[in-house]
Amino acid sequence: MVFSRVEITDAAADMLRKMTGVHGPLMFHQSGGCCDGSSPMCFPVGMFRIGSSDVLLQTLEVEGLAPIEFYMSASQFEYWKYTHLTIDVVQGRGSGFSVEAPEGVRFMIRSRMLNDAELDYFGLVPQVH
Amino acid sequence: MTVYANPGTPGSVVTYKSRYDNYIGGKYVAPNSGQYFENITPVTGQVFCEVARGNSKDIDAAVEAGWKAFASWGKTSVTERAIILNKIADRMEENLELLSVAETWDNGKPVRETMAADIPLAIDHFRYFAGAIRAQEGSLGELNEDTVAYHFHEPLGVVGQIIPWNFPILMAVWKLAPALAAGNCIVLKPAEQTPASIHVLLGLIEDLLPAGVLNIVNGFGIEAGAPLASHNNIRKIAFTGETTTGRLIMQYASENLIPVTLELGGKSPNIFFEDVAAQKDSYYEKAQEGFAFFALNQGEVCTCPSRALIQASIYEGFLADGIERVKKIVQGNPLDTNTMIGAQASNDQLEKILSYIDIGKAEGAKLLIGGERADLGGELSGGYYVQPTIFEGKNSMRIFQEEIFGPVLSVTSFKDYDEAIDIANDTLYGLGAGVWSRSGSTMYRAGRAIQAGRVWTNTYHQYPAHAAFGGYKQSGIGRENHKMMLDHYQQTKNLLVSYAEGPMGFF
Repeated sequence: MVFSRVEITDAAADMLRKMTGVHGPLMFHQSGGCCDGSSPMCFPVGMFRIGSSDVLLQTLEVEGLAPIEFYMSASQFEYWKYTHLTIDVVQGRGSGFSVEAPEGVRFMIRSRMLNDAELDYFGLVPQVH
Repeated sequence: MTVYANPGTPGSVVTYKSRYDNYIGGKYVAPNSGQYFENITPVTGQVFCEVARGNSKDIDAAVEAGWKAFASWGKTSVTERAIILNKIADRMEENLELLSVAETWDNGKPVRETMAADIPLAIDHFRYFAGAIRAQEGSLGELNEDTVAYHFHEPLGVVGQIIPWNFPILMAVWKLAPALAAGNCIVLKPAEQTPASIHVLLGLIEDLLPAGVLNIVNGFGIEAGAPLASHNNIRKIAFTGETTTGRLIMQYASENLIPVTLELGGKSPNIFFEDVAAQKDSYYEKAQEGFAFFALNQGEVCTCPSRALIQASIYEGFLADGIERVKKIVQGNPLDTNTMIGAQASNDQLEKILSYIDIGKAEGAKLLIGGERADLGGELSGGYYVQPTIFEGKNSMRIFQEEIFGPVLSVTSFKDYDEAIDIANDTLYGLGAGVWSRSGSTMYRAGRAIQAGRVWTNTYHQYPAHAAFGGYKQSGIGRENHKMMLDHYQQTKNLLVSYAEGPMGFF
C-alpha cells in the first residue's frame, strides 16, 4: 500500500495542466498567517526559493506533467503533520502571487486526519515507554 | 436605523464607475494588456465594475512616473506635505458616508464598522502623520570642538506598497500616510478582491496631490504584484498578507538590496483570568464584549482574537455568557446600520472558512454555536455569509493554530498563569493578544510575557494612530501606525563637518 500526504482533485489537476501551459513547470508552497494564509501558493519552479526551513511533503504525480513538489515550512508542518491534504480548486478571487488567480479560481486545501495505518506509516504513532 | 441603497441604485450616496483604469502619472490610463477583470461585491455576489488587469509594463510606467514626480515632491517642505495630508483628511471627513458605503460594497463589512472605524481611523491617520512630520527633527552630535555630525531625514524615493483586502482603504492609508509624509512617491497595488474603493477615495483627493506622487496599478499578484515587489527601481517594498508571499517579497528585496516591511497576521490569544468574573458589573460586560470581538469584520482581521483562553475556575459560566452574547450578534445586509456582521470578502474565503469548520469537527473539537454558511435570503443569498462559530478544543488542534480569517473562535481553558502564558505563546505568530484581568500585576506581567507586538489589555481591537502595531515571530517586520514608521520610509543623511581651520596632520 502506498500512502500519500497530499493528493489532488481532478479539477485542480486540470487547472495545473492549464497553468503549466502558461508558466511552465510549477510547484506549491503552503502559506500561513494573514489574509490568504492557510492557502497553497502555486508558483513557477524557480520563482520561490525553497530553504532549509522547508519540508517537502509530497511530489505529486499529475498526468501529463513533470512531478510537482509540495512544500511547507517546517515550523508549520509541526502543526499539520497529522493531517492529510487534498488540493482542490474553487471559484474565487485569489490573492498572493499564486498563478491561478487570473483565472478567477483559487487552489484550496481540504484536510482530513490521517488514519491509523497512515500514522503508522509516517511514524506518528506515539511510542509507549 | 438606516439601510443604505446599493451603490449605483437610486438614492445611493455613492456610484461606482463601470470601469477603472490604472492611475499613473496623475491620470487614468488603460492597462497595457487591454484587459480588465470583473469586480464582485460580496454583499450579493454580483459584478459591479471592471478593473484594469495591470502587468509589468504598467508597473514600469508607474515607477517611472513616480521618479519623475519625486524630483520635486522629495524637495517639498514638511509644512507643504503636512498641509496636503490634512486637506486629504478634511476631504475624507466631508465624505465619510460616501466612503463608508463604497468600502462596504467592495469588501462586504458592515457599514456601521466603516462609518465608526475604518474611515475615521484613516482620516485620523493622515492627521497624525501630518503632525508627526512637522514635529520630526534631525539631530546633531558635537564630536569635539571642531567637528559636528548632522543627521537629516531624507525620503527614499519611489516605494512599492501591496495592500490587503480586509480593510482596503484603512490598510492603504496606513502605508500611504507615512510614505507621503516622509516625501516618497508611491506605486500602490490594491488587492484584487477589493480593487475599487481606493479609486473612490482617489476621486476625492486627486486634485490635492501632484501628478505621479501616488500611482495605483490594479491587477493580480502574479501579474502586477510580483513585478512591483521585484522591480529594480523601487527603494522599499511594504506588504501586508501571508507568510509565503512575505518570504517571496523578502527574496525579491534581497535581490535588489532594498528594505521591506511586512505584516503577516497571526493567531491571537485572548486571555480571561478568573478575577474577570469576580463581579457581574460593567467591567464583566466589557470582557464579554472582548470575547465576542472575534466576529469583528467577520473575523477578517490579522489580529482576530481567534483563541479564547479562559481560566478553568470561571470557564463554564464565562463561556456560557459569551455564547449568549454571540447569539445576539446581528447578521444581515452590510448596508443596514443595525448589522453587526456582514459578508466574507470573497467566495474562496468563504470556502476556506467552511473547510476549516470541517477540520475542526474532524479533529474532535466541539461545536458550540454556528458552524454553517448563513443564507440571508433575497439578493443576499448570493453573498458570502458565515454564522459566528465557536469551537471548544485543545491548542494543538489546527483550528487553534492556523489563521482561519473568518468568524470562528476556538476556546480552551487554562488552570493558572503559567499555563495561560504557555498556551498563548504556543503559536508560530505574534501579532496581537488580549489580556483581561482586574489585577494590575497580572495584566502587566501577562502583557510583558506574551510574545506579540500588540497586547490589548482590558480592551481589544482598538487601532488608534500613535500606538505601534506590528509582529513578533513569524508575524512580520516593522511597526505601522506610529511615528516610528517614518523611519521605514526615510534614510539618514549624515553630514560630518569639520570646522577646524588647519589640516588633520596625516599627510
